[in-house]
Amino acid sequence: MLAKRIIPCLDVNQGRVVKGVNFVNLVDAGDPVALAKFYNSEGADELVFLDITASSDNRKIMLDVVKLIAKEIFIPFTVGGGINNIEQIREIILAGAEKVSLNTAAVKDPEFITKATSDFGSQCIVIAIDAKKTGSSWNVFIKGGREDTGLDAFKWAKQVAELGAGEILLTSMDKDGTKSGFDVELTRKVSEAINIPVIASGGAGKLEDFAQVLTRGKADAALAASLFHFGELKISDLKEYLAKNNIEIRN
Amino acid sequence: MIGIIDYGLGNLTSVKNALDKIGAPNFISGEVSQLKKSSGLILPGVGAAGAGMKNLKAKKLDIFLTQEIKNGKPFFGICLGMQLLFDFSEEDNTKSLGIIPGKVKKFTGKLKVPQMGWNNVEITNPESKIMRGIKNNSYFYFVNSYYCVPEEKEIIAGTTDYGGKFCSVFEKDNICATQFHSEKSGDTGLQLLENFVKGCK
Repeated sequence: MLAKRIIPCLDVNQGRVVKGVNFVNLVDAGDPVALAKFYNSEGADELVFLDITASSDNRKIMLDVVKLIAKEIFIPFTVGGGINNIEQIREIILAGAEKVSLNTAAVKDPEFITKATSDFGSQCIVIAIDAKKTGSSWNVFIKGGREDTGLDAFKWAKQVAELGAGEILLTSMDKDGTKSGFDVELTRKVSEAINIPVIASGGAGKLEDFAQVLTRGKADAALAASLFHFGELKISDLKEYLAKNNIEIRN
Repeated sequence: MIGIIDYGLGNLTSVKNALDKIGAPNFISGEVSQLKKSSGLILPGVGAAGAGMKNLKAKKLDIFLTQEIKNGKPFFGICLGMQLLFDFSEEDNTKSLGIIPGKVKKFTGKLKVPQMGWNNVEITNPESKIMRGIKNNSYFYFVNSYYCVPEEKEIIAGTTDYGGKFCSVFEKDNICATQFHSEKSGDTGLQLLENFVKGCK
């Protein structure tokens, strides 16, 4: 049986992990390679690295980080943040990442998705969708959640799947940072609308939240950041809990 | 030295990194003259069968591989590198290398395709060399829309369930292949690569 995946997300700026990393006693808190190793040993199924400033200088540093991680960590990882051309994708993949995550550039030019998947394969292209409830539906936001595109999240999810995307990283902007649980309804609706895997993101606060989104929410994977970084929840404990609740997990 | 075959597809870096990690000398090349010198060959691959065969042929690697395998050189195919060994793939209706009798079919039914993530491998041949020291039902990382159907069922060394059981590992004489990515399957994957490398000496 295909296992549900647990994915920690690390925000990287200038080659250092930023935002609420509280591992001081365990590892160098800002070193992405040390953190990647730590999460790997904790049983993370994949890692996501987000280049949060995504300036051109930063991008070169990020490539070096990717190379270092790829030499040490033998689980898949995704790199995202400001990617808007094929050459950038090529550099990241050659540096050793499995996948890239696209967001704003994909909305601005959906053909970019087709181009990227035909060059690198569907499995390589993750589309990040930041969705926010607007009336009775969910709208897609871009530019780090600053701009409402007016696009319907379900329609957009279907479109990117048709264009060849391999996976969707779905973040609920309403839930993000609240620790009140994933948006189960949004996740389930997107997951039912498409035939590619969905990674649920935003709102993880406790063990039960993961179980909910992986069962009722029909997510294929669940992502969290600060919850893991602050050590509030250990991946090994989470996986033990999920396994006890009969959720297929890699042990 | 293990030769990693570069045919313009797939993440060769991750295979190289994994071999480096286990201390196995290796090189990446797309040239017959270089690859000839290897003690074992790895055909990695992420991508489509049509493009894969086209690229192999362009560098005459199809003829080279068939000959080397016939001569008994240890060979390991990963993902697309496994699928290309068969007669035919439904992907792009591709006539493949034809080294292993059988075909490659697309997942059908109510499944998410590609299969993406960690799935377990039931070891069906306890004598399997490539799976030596690996626990039954261990998890490996898969990314595939197609799966292999060998005609010779006795070569199947491991199976995986995704809407039905399919062959995820096979072993025949000097040839072994896995549908999953050992190079991205953590310590278990590194163990499997070590098993292959040991057979190359």
